[in-house]
Amino acid sequence: MTRKPFSYLLLLAVIIAAPFVFPSFGTQLATLWLMIIVALTWDMTGGQMGYNSLGNITFYGTGMYVAAVITIGMAYDVGDYTNAAGGGIHAFTDLQYFSGLFLGMLGAGLFCAAVAVIVGYVTFGLRGPYFAIGTLGVAIATGELVSNWEWVGAGQGIALPVYPGDLDTGKVLFYFLFAGTGVALFVFLKWLYKTRFGAAVNAIRDDEEKAEAMGIHTLQYKLATWAMSAFFVGIAGAISAFQLIHFEPLETAYQTINLGIFMVVCVLLGGKGTLWGPVIGAIVFHVFKEVTWTYLLGWQWVALGALIVITVVYFEGGVVGWIMSKRSERLEAREQPNDAAVGAEQ
Amino acid sequence: MTSIIQVNNVSKSFGGVVANSDISLSVEKGAITGLIGPNGSGKTTLFNSIVGYHPIDSGTIQFEGREISKFPVQKIARLGLLRTFQQTRIYGEMTGVENMLISLPHRKMRFAEAFGCNGAEEHERAERLLEFVGLYEKRFLRAGSLSFGQQKLLEFAMALMNEPTGLLLDEPTAGINPTLINGLIDRLRRANADLGITLFVIEHNMRVIMNMADKIYCLAHGELLAEGSPAEIQSDSRVIDAYLGAH
Ligand SMILES: Nc1ncnc2c1ncn2[C@@H]1O[C@H](COP(=O)(O)OP(=O)(O)O)[C@@H](O)[C@H]1O
Ligand SMILES: [Mg+2]
Repeated sequence: MTRKPFSYLLLLAVIIAAPFVFPSFGTQLATLWLMIIVALTWDMTGGQMGYNSLGNITFYGTGMYVAAVITIGMAYDVGDYTNAAGGGIHAFTDLQYFSGLFLGMLGAGLFCAAVAVIVGYVTFGLRGPYFAIGTLGVAIATGELVSNWEWVGAGQGIALPVYPGDLDTGKVLFYFLFAGTGVALFVFLKWLYKTRFGAAVNAIRDDEEKAEAMGIHTLQYKLATWAMSAFFVGIAGAISAFQLIHFEPLETAYQTINLGIFMVVCVLLGGKGTLWGPVIGAIVFHVFKEVTWTYLLGWQWVALGALIVITVVYFEGGVVGWIMSKRSERLEAREQPNDAAVGAEQ
Repeated sequence: MTSIIQVNNVSKSFGGVVANSDISLSVEKGAITGLIGPNGSGKTTLFNSIVGYHPIDSGTIQFEGREISKFPVQKIARLGLLRTFQQTRIYGEMTGVENMLISLPHRKMRFAEAFGCNGAEEHERAERLLEFVGLYEKRFLRAGSLSFGQQKLLEFAMALMNEPTGLLLDEPTAGINPTLINGLIDRLRRANADLGITLFVIEHNMRVIMNMADKIYCLAHGELLAEGSPAEIQSDSRVIDAYLGAH
């Protein structure tokens, strides 16, 4: 029992030390945290509640734009700013940058939570594959709308100010923004899944009709879960926006086929409906992706596809599911002699 | 004698099949009311209509004097009118205790309370009710690993955990080991007498329903065939014909 808090402290120490021990991997490690955040939030609905969304990327992209609009809007007219892109250079003071960063993250989180409630009101009427496709449709449509919206730079995208300090400090800052959000999310979920709320969400996954028959406020729970999920994805999008500086709508913000799918793959790899599964899956996925993108260039997508197929076909429960089934096999093997003895007595 | 559920001229068809035709009946508060009829006579359909599982074609349904025929399932459940399923629905992946805790009455809970954890009080209540239905020893087993009969008992305990005013039970003894049926009758009676829950029970086992019910309604081919006390129903020639004709 006393070992548990200790290992969590050790883990925290590793998280804090990582960017200093591996300074050349700063951006890589930050991206790893982004993967962990989007995987954990995807699992909130996909794994814990049984609603497989393919549209969570909507919140990532929207979070980016909300952060940009808030930051720029506090200093300039957003329309003028995007019009002048590439032409006039706009200066931002340190205060404008950091208040934009803070309010941008907060605003992105809250705005995306509100979007989830509104969109969810319609899409949660859909079940199974229809929900997945419905939410994917929302992501694609939002990306198209934004890419035609001149005020936010349309297809050109939008540029945020550059981090005012030196580049390396900036990298460390973005690492800790992602890591801090990820740790906060993990702690939040560890608590949430133990509450009555967590149990009700699992009940919706296991038998929604029964949950309704028992009087559980199913729609409220579904909306609240997606809103909480969207809140964290929105924050992650906001941090990405500042990290990337310039981003455009279809390839970066609303990247349905990359990050939008990767988050699902991470969860399937690690184990759906568990707390650690998405974390482990994100780590495995990110390492695998970086290695193949470096050493198997040209074949990286084939390798990734093969990994997905193997996971889905042979490791249905992902890494965590596989470990748990091994462990219960071992437990059963240990209890077997006892059972046999009891059987013989009877 | 006050009625708690009032069904007036309710009809329900599925395509060409008339499952319920112009049914009127009333369930007395605090009593045990039976609903019998041959297979396919429309009993489950009537339950589904009452709890808002599907819209009805015509008629009205009141619960505690309030019109509920347009309400969805959750809303009716939160008014305190609950049902169990003929095919039995429990959460197979959860343990018995977890099944019980998930069944806490959400209608008595503010949304903020959902963010709390269940304490000793809730666990005690869960275990007491599991003991009441005879599942205490199995409370930490995966519910899906229980026998069909035990799952039925668990579903009954879950319904009690929800503290309903009225409970609709769809064939509670079907699939239960005959040696356990007397125990179940006793528990249904005690739920009714001690906990004050009004019961409306669909039952196939004549001995069970005649033993238990204060009043019985009999359906045949979607229509209300007869109503009366168990003695009256038992001697009603139309009821006897309906059952003989069905076999
Ligand atoms: N969802 C449904 N769709 C089509 N037909 C149905 C449906 N539910 C019930 N029925 C039909 O309605 C009739 C009454 O069924 P039901 O209410 O289940 O009878 P009981 O419970 O008395 O055995 C049957 O003919 C059945 O086939
Ligand atoms: Mg039936």
